[in-house]
Amino acid sequence: MLTFEKSAKGRVAGAFVRADVPEITDIPAQFLRKELPALPELSELQVVRHYTRLSRKNFSIDTHFYPLGSCTMKYNPRAAHKLASLPGFLNRHPYMDEKLSQGYLSCIYDLQEILKQVTGMTGISLTTMAGAQGEYAGVAMIAAYHAAKGDSERTEMLVPDAAHGTNPASAYMCGFTVKEIPTNEEGDVDIEALRAAVGPKTAGIMLTNPSTLGVFERQIQQIAKIVHEAGGLLYYDGANLNAILGKVRPGDMGFDVMHLNLHKTFATPHGGGGPGAGPVAANDRLKAFLPVPMVGKKDGEYCWLNENDRPESIGRFGGFMGNAGVLMRAYIYSVMLGKEGMKRVGEFATLNANYLMKRLQKLGYTIAFSQRRATHEFIITLKPLTQKYGVTALDVAKRLLDYGFHSPTIYFPLLVPECLLIEPTETESKQELDRFVEAMASILDEIKQTPELVKTAPHTRKVGRLDEVKAAKELDLAWQDKMN
Amino acid sequence: MPFIPHTDEDIAAMLAEIDVNDIQQLFDEIPKNLQIDELKKIPSGMSEFETTRFMLEKAPNISPGSCFIGAGAYEHHIPAAVWDIVGRGEYYSAYTPYQAEASQGTLQLIYEYQTIMTRLLGLDVSNASMYDGATALVEAVLMAVRIKRGKANRVLVPQSLNPIHRKVLRTFLARQNISLEEIAYSRETGQVDHTAFDKIDTQSVAALIIPQPNFFGVLEDVDALTNKAKSMDAISIAYVNPLAMSLLKEPGAWGDDGVDIACGEGQPLGVPLASGGPYFGFMCCRKQHVRQMPGRIVGRTHDKDGQQGFVLTLQAREQHIRRSKATSNICTNQGLMVTAATIYMSILGAAGMRQAATLSHQKSIDLQNQLQNIPGVDVVFTSPKFHEFVVCFNKPVATVLRQMSDAGLQAGYSLQEHYPELKNCLLVCVTETKTKKDIENYVQVLTHILTSEESIAC
Repeated sequence: MLTFEKSAKGRVAGAFVRADVPEITDIPAQFLRKELPALPELSELQVVRHYTRLSRKNFSIDTHFYPLGSCTMKYNPRAAHKLASLPGFLNRHPYMDEKLSQGYLSCIYDLQEILKQVTGMTGISLTTMAGAQGEYAGVAMIAAYHAAKGDSERTEMLVPDAAHGTNPASAYMCGFTVKEIPTNEEGDVDIEALRAAVGPKTAGIMLTNPSTLGVFERQIQQIAKIVHEAGGLLYYDGANLNAILGKVRPGDMGFDVMHLNLHKTFATPHGGGGPGAGPVAANDRLKAFLPVPMVGKKDGEYCWLNENDRPESIGRFGGFMGNAGVLMRAYIYSVMLGKEGMKRVGEFATLNANYLMKRLQKLGYTIAFSQRRATHEFIITLKPLTQKYGVTALDVAKRLLDYGFHSPTIYFPLLVPECLLIEPTETESKQELDRFVEAMASILDEIKQTPELVKTAPHTRKVGRLDEVKAAKELDLAWQDKMN
Repeated sequence: MPFIPHTDEDIAAMLAEIDVNDIQQLFDEIPKNLQIDELKKIPSGMSEFETTRFMLEKAPNISPGSCFIGAGAYEHHIPAAVWDIVGRGEYYSAYTPYQAEASQGTLQLIYEYQTIMTRLLGLDVSNASMYDGATALVEAVLMAVRIKRGKANRVLVPQSLNPIHRKVLRTFLARQNISLEEIAYSRETGQVDHTAFDKIDTQSVAALIIPQPNFFGVLEDVDALTNKAKSMDAISIAYVNPLAMSLLKEPGAWGDDGVDIACGEGQPLGVPLASGGPYFGFMCCRKQHVRQMPGRIVGRTHDKDGQQGFVLTLQAREQHIRRSKATSNICTNQGLMVTAATIYMSILGAAGMRQAATLSHQKSIDLQNQLQNIPGVDVVFTSPKFHEFVVCFNKPVATVLRQMSDAGLQAGYSLQEHYPELKNCLLVCVTETKTKKDIENYVQVLTHILTSEESIAC
């Protein structure tokens, strides 16, 4: 039932409401609304019950193993949530006096320093509010760099065919044409194709390393050399930083600019699809162009740096100073981890992925790049099973829900047919991984013996497989009252 | 080990299964010269207890009723139930609802949110939210240019629109061959100067942005502006305070036909100030433009047994399908913030929202009228206002702000950096969270500062 169906005209039952508010008389009628909007009229209890019940229809990290590849669904520590929600942080207006905000500003400043260390970069701006915004900022900085040198010919952005969809979309939004670079059979960039692609038009290349194929790009230093020698710059997509946190740094690999996904690597919650935070970091070559504002230090006091302090900045990316609450959670997480804890993240994320890959391989699943080490994630392809039994990656994803596991990422990367991209993260125990293996073993039996059972999954959820074609064709995007 | 559950036996068994000697061996494909031993400049970790003490010392000390700054972020009372429910792990720690059957909670909530927003703004469809108000406005402009199919690329932006938002627009639009042309405001009324349109070329205008209220808190003549956009064959984009829409005329009813797109900053709907984010941007439009709308959208459908369910729909517009040809590179919405807003609006209802808006307006007018009586203070604009107003001092505004802050009050937002012509002017906001006593205190402290000679001397 929708909240609108529980509504009753005239019900007002929140403690918020006060009876003694006179009508507005000083605003002329032309500005005023004629009728109140038809919003639900519910008691506080009804609202609490409705949304508590709805919540129980969700899978989440707190309730289920969630091995969603490329999304890093690790535990979101409660302490980070609780401490970022201290009244002083929640009630601070973004324009509050800097003098009274030194503690807050010091947290943001320290986070900037920590992330510079982690990335091997020399400058950073935390203001970009999501990975895609960080990408856009990084690509815009590359454009600004070439423009500052008077080089207007560099209009092409190279993007490997395995990249996230946001990469080409961000490059395009920034005015670049996108040139795809193929991947070789072992999952590395096709170096000869790259050599052939670079030239005086090359603005840069956008790379994720480890790539979305779940392997480390072994020729990264060679790639950096080829692109730099052609006059281009290297952009690092931080989506997979969890795999190498504390072990390898993008700045050392030769990247010039990058973004981080704090909602992945730094354990801030995904919140059902946001908010995230996508800070952008750069080396000396590009840091002058970083977005504003950022926190600096003047005469021993922390302060905001804006356009006046950073005249070459590519500009602002949001109404205020970024997703401050997300940044605070990332900061608190990094304070708790410290340098030893960060290194363990990369190590145990990698251990869990390699263990799970090996066990699934032994069960008989086909690993896409079986000759390679897994990074923090790996791909299995169901193509042989699809051909033989007609069961697809989507079917297995839905069947896993019946076993109480969220599905891995499916049909991404696009290069591997019928694929499942599996990322266990470091916060899952061996017992949980073993339970997942048991479920996958059981599903493999079902694929062979009762494929219909898998093809019609899920069977245990409140709803079965939903008709997405109908949803897109007969658009129903807002509730219409029968009464109206 | 914090957050890592492995025992020594687990590790040994796992390494044996993989057939390696140690964890380090799993990194053997990474060139040795790239691997570091230690993140040298990062301190060692702290326990949860130590971290708690550390953060308690960092948190600012903010007295209730002391903040009179608005300028795009507004302090409203948020019922306790809102964030209690939002903090549930099932909302807090879930991902984007791509697997519909495992995400019906989030999906139904977004569908309810979309419904509420269309009713609040008087338009047909809503998306599932954007990053914040400023970026929602950027996306609305890009959408307008798409609707015009590249035949018009000039966008008219009133100077009475938030100056930071105008900067954000420049960040994104300068790289897309879209020109922004600013429309002056009247120094007398604080509204868009309608005579300014006489001086500009009205051909090839893709969009006109119409703020309500505008950055000065002033109410614009939105009917005339909406009709103006239509007469120029431009897309009208409303930028509104959503809480105010429970009281003020909804964009769908502006002018003869209503606006094409409405967007804005969702923060007043149950999201705390929290140093500027995370907030969320909202966007609604007319049905015929839905395929040009960016961001996620949830639709209602059913399963094979005819049972109602909700899914992400129209995904063919999005980057993970369309890649470089997508309507936007946006990949997230602000799901958790939308959860808060939906619960906030459900608890308050339209009547409760109108009360919050009305109280904010009345208290704001109360403070404005009292300030007007202080020697050395002038109220700057004559038009009706919502819950913010501009005053001008006969003393340097920076000094006044400093002394107000030292007296425990965040007195407002100084306008002169962005509006040099509004020297020593302050934008002041009052919401329902300020008591009569808070307002009296503001008046007394300011009176003291402005009338005490020695305090101004510094």
